[in-house]
Amino acid sequence: MQQTFVQPEFRVKIDYDKCHKCGRCVQQCGWGVYDFNERPIPHDEKCRACHRCVTFCPAHCITIEKNTLAFRDNDNWSTDARKAVWKQSETGGVLLTSMGNPKPYERIFDKLVLDACQVTNPSIDPLREPMELRTYLGRKSDSVSAEPDGRGGYKLASSAGLERNVKLDVPIIFAPMSYGSVSLNVHRSLALAAQRCGILMNTGEGGLHEDLYPYQDNVIVQVASGRFGVSPEYLQRGAAIEIKIGQGAKPGIGGHLPGEKIDREVSATRMIPQGSDAISPAPHHDIYSIEDLRQLIYALKEASGYKPVGVKIAAVHNVAAIASGIVRAGADYIYLDGFRGGTGAAPAVIRDHIGIPVAIAVAAVDQRLRDEGIRNQASIIAAGSIRSSADAAKAIALGADVVAIGTASLLALGCHLCQSCHTGKCSWGITTQKPELTRRIDPEWGADRLTNLIHAWSHELQEILGALGVNAVESLRGSRERLRSIGLDEQTCRILGVKPAGL
Amino acid sequence: MMTKAATVAPPAGVIEGYRQQAPSVTRDGDVVTVDATGIYYQQLNDAIRDEVSGGAKRIVLNGVNGQRYVGCGLRVSGVKLEVNGCAGNDLAMFTDGAEIEVFGNAQDGVGNTMSSGRVVVHGDAGDVLGYGMRGGNVYVKGDVGYRVGIHMKAYEKNIPVLVCGGKARDFFGEYMAGGMLVLLGINTRDAAQRIAGGFLGAGMHGGVIYIRGTVESWQVGAEVGVTEADEDAMAELRPIIEDYAGAMGMDAAEILSQPFTRIVPMSHRPYAKLYASM
Amino acid sequence: MPYDLSRYDGFDPARYREESPFKIHGGCGLMGLCDESGALMSGEEAILAMAVQRDRGNGLGGGYAGYGIYPEFADHFCFHMMYHDLKAKEEAEAILDQHFLIEVAEPMPTRPVKGITDAPLLWRYFMTPHQHILDEREQSAEDYVVSVVMLVNSRVDGAFVASSGKNMGAFKGVGFPEEIGHYFRLEEYAGHTWVAHNRFPTNTPGWWGGAHPFTLLDWSIVHNGEISSYGINSRYLEQFGYTCSLGTDTEVAAYLFDLLLRRHKLPVSLACKALAAPLWDEIDRMPEDEAALMRSLRAVYGPGMLNGPFAIVLGFNGGMVALNDRIKLRPLVAARCGSKLMVASEESAIRTVLPDPDEVWTPKAGEPVIGRVKGMDWPIHGDLHLGAAQISCAVTAVEPACDAEEVTV
Repeated sequence: MQQTFVQPEFRVKIDYDKCHKCGRCVQQCGWGVYDFNERPIPHDEKCRACHRCVTFCPAHCITIEKNTLAFRDNDNWSTDARKAVWKQSETGGVLLTSMGNPKPYERIFDKLVLDACQVTNPSIDPLREPMELRTYLGRKSDSVSAEPDGRGGYKLASSAGLERNVKLDVPIIFAPMSYGSVSLNVHRSLALAAQRCGILMNTGEGGLHEDLYPYQDNVIVQVASGRFGVSPEYLQRGAAIEIKIGQGAKPGIGGHLPGEKIDREVSATRMIPQGSDAISPAPHHDIYSIEDLRQLIYALKEASGYKPVGVKIAAVHNVAAIASGIVRAGADYIYLDGFRGGTGAAPAVIRDHIGIPVAIAVAAVDQRLRDEGIRNQASIIAAGSIRSSADAAKAIALGADVVAIGTASLLALGCHLCQSCHTGKCSWGITTQKPELTRRIDPEWGADRLTNLIHAWSHELQEILGALGVNAVESLRGSRERLRSIGLDEQTCRILGVKPAGL
Repeated sequence: MMTKAATVAPPAGVIEGYRQQAPSVTRDGDVVTVDATGIYYQQLNDAIRDEVSGGAKRIVLNGVNGQRYVGCGLRVSGVKLEVNGCAGNDLAMFTDGAEIEVFGNAQDGVGNTMSSGRVVVHGDAGDVLGYGMRGGNVYVKGDVGYRVGIHMKAYEKNIPVLVCGGKARDFFGEYMAGGMLVLLGINTRDAAQRIAGGFLGAGMHGGVIYIRGTVESWQVGAEVGVTEADEDAMAELRPIIEDYAGAMGMDAAEILSQPFTRIVPMSHRPYAKLYASM
Repeated sequence: MPYDLSRYDGFDPARYREESPFKIHGGCGLMGLCDESGALMSGEEAILAMAVQRDRGNGLGGGYAGYGIYPEFADHFCFHMMYHDLKAKEEAEAILDQHFLIEVAEPMPTRPVKGITDAPLLWRYFMTPHQHILDEREQSAEDYVVSVVMLVNSRVDGAFVASSGKNMGAFKGVGFPEEIGHYFRLEEYAGHTWVAHNRFPTNTPGWWGGAHPFTLLDWSIVHNGEISSYGINSRYLEQFGYTCSLGTDTEVAAYLFDLLLRRHKLPVSLACKALAAPLWDEIDRMPEDEAALMRSLRAVYGPGMLNGPFAIVLGFNGGMVALNDRIKLRPLVAARCGSKLMVASEESAIRTVLPDPDEVWTPKAGEPVIGRVKGMDWPIHGDLHLGAAQISCAVTAVEPACDAEEVTV
């Protein structure tokens, strides 16, 4: 084998004076970094800096450092760019990576700030006074019609109510991540937490394992181009159905779950043979145009007894027009996945260079739907790197009804963003199917951590609403007057519908 | 009516709410009667302070209608103000020692941040009654508004007591940190309404609330424990009710003839678990 | 789409924003007085009620609207106009003349009052629309009047329509309300319904048109508080063609009432529930029929919900509606005395006018106080006397309803 030019990214250092020689690191590492010969011997080139060994080392004697090899400075040819060329010239391969786009593009959320009340209107105490986060996901009528109920009051005149809406206690849901890309224990954790929090988890495109049936009212079942696990029963079990057109990390790109990940359980859930590759085509081959989308939406409604049907798209240049078409095609919600969104595997060139920020997409779509008078007809879910409750609040102020969190929920389960999900060797037991690794996540423990996260963010959202002097999240939704920008250019401000700070 | 052209009429009959002039005062020993009719609050309070300095022990204010701050910051004991009419906002705010009796309704903010003294309202009182009260007694005969007893607190010997004879709206005892709040539900305009609204004792972390009768579990904040008042509790409540009944001309035994609900915080630090250090 | 200013040639939003290009903040005092028997009351009553609430304002705005004040011209639209100069007057009158048969044109009766300065030229006109233009445009008289109001306000620099309804008028300006009332000689008017406002803006407007009430056709709105949801409320209204050009909460509230009552034909009690929605917990405790209705109202009209502290009085020829925010953050007291119904920010205002009311109470948060003048048309379509078909909504959902049960989590 030829010598690689690519030097290890990290240095694993062990303080052997402190080391217990217990071999815990050897056992914990999913990447095979360590050999053991009386003491652990690290192989730096295998390290992903996932910190599993660091976290579990009883002696706290492991440190991971950046390999600080000096390269001749070159602003144009970054070290990463050079490494990529070496790697590709050695392998001839498309560079594969995972999780979201890490490149230093402008982070719009970090240039937006929220308002607060001072004197002219009171802030509201979120702990003592009502502070409502309940949100209905789905299509609403434009008006309500009522008729006398014969007792001096009124009742709904027609079912202009909330059928085909899903009630969420909090406007934060879990993003789609398929069983296969993540382990069943991750799915169990998400489902359990979704039920406890009164929110939704999302199957992703890998089907719904029967262990999750008890949580089906808190599950969005996804239908993607590979149609894995899609059956009438599957459609009828979900609280809502989602057509996945695209994903922020890899717009326009299909998926490929390698056969070695298709064990018995994945096989049964996806309804494909064990050991065979699970390939998701780039497009849905029954959707080549918008009218075809309508056809699929209504097929899913017919098959499911008219469950809410949403459409997930990657945020791309023409997102507003696309979203308008999707709403007019009958979707009950649009899921906008920004270019920072995570993935279990994607070509780096796609992940890092395609798509637009979710903040821009939400702003453009919300405004377009309002301009066309169809905003009530669909909810907007914003995703693609919602990193905190502040990001969530800003996305909602720009016009989102709900935010979805994928990366943040995996972080809660131990993910350290080592961007190696595609290897299937996740030491934290998240993006792997190896039984010795997947059992590292106990669903109860995982659900507790996820529930804590959702509760913490909910409290923080309530604090933000209170500072804004409103006591219901619908009064923040689309209220761009409560946002100001710092350091965004005028054109971006205009698209966001946000004034610069000071105005 | 139609007027065909603008005419210039003399500015006679100027309508004003209050006149900025000293009120007429009549003195009879240490009893002083002030005609507050149409007098601006500044001149009215100036007159009250003057009379207090002059040794008045009983000051009768006639014709009060909405003047703010009556008795505001009055640091004197053994002096009683009698308010005839509708007492304005912030009655007895910061009051320390004085006694104020209102024959009529009182607007919002009675007893705001009051230190000590006694306020008796022979009528209804508005919102934010007893906000941040640190001591003294406020007795209201009738119904009270929203956020009554909000952030009442006790400190050392000062224990504020607020008794409402009618019914209360939402947020009764919100953030309550000390003292005693009592709600009787007797002298009410609206018999069909619940004795209290929602968010009862929300954020309560000190003091005690007594409700004559019962409340539903949805009405109370998450931070409190609700029990029926036992003998010890009634022993604490009885003298207060007797004092209140005396002030209102009501029968204490009759008031005490029904069981009371006792509401106390479950923790002095209800939110300790809410936060995590960064 | 009656209020889309941008449809009118020459519309310049900046023209409308003389006060401030941005959201205007402020606090206030208010009152509403309605004799449900239709008996007329002197404007002096309204002045008295505002005078005792003087400390709620800062002298930068006071105003009134009276109903039933022009019985001789009850069928005429009455425009109360403000002009900065004679040129503005000429231009505006040309437009009025082109659109209306002007029965009477006269200066507003005023008297000099200390403290009132910089008054614009104040004129009023009693007019009827030219029928042939109405026929030509196939427009209702109301929509026609609105279009002329928008035309004058947008086209004529220095002209502002203070009110445009029938048998009603707005009297407002920069000053304390009792000064403004005295200036306009309100004691010489008699109306069955009065609403009034005392303004405490946090900027210095110096513009008479910016005082309240805000009016459109018969609607007049006075408002105390700050609507913290202004941002989304105004964006929501834009969807329906309203342009919130004044930047005030009052304007937003007026358009929301117009949308819900006139265009979506909601009964007034339900419109109030949409604007000051019950808490979800409360809704969950309601009987299922009522809960379903409230859930729908809240979910559908969520962007229109007025969030933040407010007390509002809406006046119109049939009476008035007073409404508080959902958690009672602004004061509002109500009283009844015989056929008279009164609301005010402070009880003292009520007792000034009605010294010995039959009853005085503080309305519950979000529960409207409704005064209805006997013999007057109730302008709100969702009347109990109308059949179900007549109060069904104007705009229906695009999707047909289906039988699927509501999915709850």
